[in-house]
Amino acid sequence: MRALVLVALLAVTGCGADSGGADSGGAEAGGAVAGKVTVFAAASLTETFTRLGEDFEAAHPGVEVVFNFGGSSALAQQIAQGAPADVFASAAPANMTQVGDAGGISGEAVTFARNRLEIAVPRGNPAGITGLADFGDADAKIALCAEQVPCGAAAKRAFEAAGVTARPDTLEQDVKAVLTKVRLGEVDAALVYRTDVRAAGGEVVGIEFPEAERTVNDYPIAPLAKARNAAGARAFIDHVRSDRGRAVLAEAGFDAP
Amino acid sequence: MTLQADLRVARGGFRLGAELAVQPGEVVALLGPNGAGKTTALRALAGLLPLTGGHIRLGGRTWDAPPDVLVPAERRPIGVVFQDYLLFAHLSALENVAFGLRARGAGRATARAEAARWLDRVGLAAHAKAKPRTLSGGQAQRVALARALATSPELLLLDEPLAALDAATRLHVRAELGHHLRDYPGHTLLVTHDPLDAMVLADRLVVLEHGEVVQEGTPTEVARRPRTSYVADLVGLNLYRGTAHGTTVSLDDGGTLTIATPASGPVHVVFPPTAVSLHPEHPTGSPRNAWRVTVAGIERHAHTTRVRLDGVPPVLADITTATVADLRLQPGDELWAAVKATETHVYPS
Amino acid sequence: MTSTRRRARGRLPVVLVLPAVVGLAFLLVPLVGLLVRAPWDTLPEQLFSSSVGEALRLSLVCASLATVVCLVLGVPLAWLLARGDVPGRGVLRALVTVPLVLPPVVGGVALLFVLGRRGLVGQYLDAWFGISLPFTTAGVVLAEAFVAMPFLVISVEGALRAADPRYEEAAATLGASRWLAFRRVTLPSILPGVVAGTVLCWARALGEFGATITFAGNFPGETTTMPLAVYLALETDPDAAIVLSVVLLLVSVGVLAALRDRWISGPS
Repeated sequence: MRALVLVALLAVTGCGADSGGADSGGAEAGGAVAGKVTVFAAASLTETFTRLGEDFEAAHPGVEVVFNFGGSSALAQQIAQGAPADVFASAAPANMTQVGDAGGISGEAVTFARNRLEIAVPRGNPAGITGLADFGDADAKIALCAEQVPCGAAAKRAFEAAGVTARPDTLEQDVKAVLTKVRLGEVDAALVYRTDVRAAGGEVVGIEFPEAERTVNDYPIAPLAKARNAAGARAFIDHVRSDRGRAVLAEAGFDAP
Repeated sequence: MTLQADLRVARGGFRLGAELAVQPGEVVALLGPNGAGKTTALRALAGLLPLTGGHIRLGGRTWDAPPDVLVPAERRPIGVVFQDYLLFAHLSALENVAFGLRARGAGRATARAEAARWLDRVGLAAHAKAKPRTLSGGQAQRVALARALATSPELLLLDEPLAALDAATRLHVRAELGHHLRDYPGHTLLVTHDPLDAMVLADRLVVLEHGEVVQEGTPTEVARRPRTSYVADLVGLNLYRGTAHGTTVSLDDGGTLTIATPASGPVHVVFPPTAVSLHPEHPTGSPRNAWRVTVAGIERHAHTTRVRLDGVPPVLADITTATVADLRLQPGDELWAAVKATETHVYPS
Repeated sequence: MTSTRRRARGRLPVVLVLPAVVGLAFLLVPLVGLLVRAPWDTLPEQLFSSSVGEALRLSLVCASLATVVCLVLGVPLAWLLARGDVPGRGVLRALVTVPLVLPPVVGGVALLFVLGRRGLVGQYLDAWFGISLPFTTAGVVLAEAFVAMPFLVISVEGALRAADPRYEEAAATLGASRWLAFRRVTLPSILPGVVAGTVLCWARALGEFGATITFAGNFPGETTTMPLAVYLALETDPDAAIVLSVVLLLVSVGVLAALRDRWISGPS
């Protein structure tokens, strides 16, 4: 019940805070915002963008925001294959560059959020993990992202910085899979995004570590060259970058750019 | 060592209640129309269907006596020849025959040697390696018989052993089966709906209708004194054993018959009562067989009247009610019986 | 008198032929796409790289072991479903097919719930015997067996139900126990069904991804089978992913074709 009220309140305040920004965005684009806005966004943005989309729809009656959440590289490939999208929000600059190099984006991509890794341990921290050094312990069960996916690449940078040779038991295909292993207590420790720890609520405990600075990755967003709703795309990006957007992202554990 | 069975099975709406006794070396045919309970009786004896009442005993051992005793099929000393033989398709004829010996603990070499002997006995030594699907119907039947007999069972059960064969093959296989059954020292129960099979192969008939024994006795007894119209219709055959020389057959129990097709050696001669005509005087004309008979009994059935006649040989005749009236038949009357040679059927025995 | 070839049974009906051809194309064209896009020039190089070899070897070993597990457990299960006098057989039969409809990832999570370190059974395996199945090759085998076994069970059960049980009765009258009858009579007679089921089961295990990565994780040489390698390669190097897929395709088609010729070409 209380959660419901909170959501309602947020929605109302979101409306108020957002209308100015959206108006100005609309003015810049030189047209009213209407119709359907299709947003391709990284899976790690699922919760935040869903909320921001609802706000946006409330502020712009008649507008419908449609999301396609997925792995950033998969989304980039879909866009390259001609998928009908207006906005692309990636969890890594590389995927944005990939789309940009193919002439897929309109204008410049901007960074709207940053994420960093955190150590995730099951509730109670059964293996007594304190820092990255424990990832070299052969007895501890460790899960990491595979190096091919962004969270794995970031983890690699962290271990290089810490001078630790990690001894993982599994290299998962995405960060959610890593988090599942921690949730179920199948592993003693893992490296995941801070936003993921936050989203898991009390089931997973986050431990910060100094080398996390080296794992910060930027989330760029850009309107797409083949957008059918260019005005809508710009307005949505403005909404994400508004105070309201920053607040929602910060609440989820993202750093401001 | 008599097989004594009081077979009681109640299943759904069907009830079987039949008492059977089979002596060693005796062949008993269980004869009856479809649905009479013949197969149920056979399955109960084989141990494939538990009795719901009664008992099955052989010698001093009890095989089935609900609710206490039930010896499963694999522990009964039986051999079964199934209607469609059920030869194991992936095994050769030899392996099929050896299967029972192996299952009962014989070594591989012993079992194969014994199986080879049995195949030789049924005349299939040359087909030892053949797979069942390459065998003819008659050959498959002989393999099935060898397989059932190879384990020297105390009770041999045959379920319509000739039903799957065409008419021509049947003649030979029936005669051959007769030889093997005569050599077999154990108890044999033959289930069939074919009266000819029953009469040629069995020492004694047990006729089953609606789950009950309606009549039993030697083939001759049953044929001569049928108690129900089913028995009269189906078992009322004139059947004689004799020795053929050309078209003449000297019957074992006296008398001779002329047949249409020349034959030689021991044979059965069969003709239906409807083929017999009765005449007050010696008939003139075509019938090749005519002999003096005395009326021993007259029984009226639905559409015909069956007349039992003593003579050499004794014979049954089915005649119309009008003929009975014309001839004013009475027991003790003397008449001439006549049968055309072309109406007789001859089977090697 | 006419010059056209005479047909004994009329033309093939278009209502059947047309959908059949469309269906065939539907199944085969994606394979063609894969083969066309494959970087054939670098294929040999990729093929003999140690990581591909390792993943392929692991895939073949795990799929084969999983198939053995399925045979050992699945054939008796099929027998029970087809011949056993168990109450609620229809429900059991339906339950056996659950892994078919369950998304494999959910199957993997379910396996973790049971056999994981904190699972219903797994916690005792860990505490009493020090056995931990997740993240091990044994875990891969289990996950693949879980997903693939229904294929075997359904196939064998179908064969058993089509087989005439009277042959087992015939064996019993010859003195064979039920076990001997099953081994010497029933099993040989349903062999084509068992082989077909085994092939399906093996193929399904070979392509297994979701349950494997969820339950057994992904670690090169331990649990990275070909489908996992393909998925991860797709993230960074689609060409490599295609090569891996083509390798998987060729190996499986090769094995299946060999088995078909030997076993499933029907009675000669």
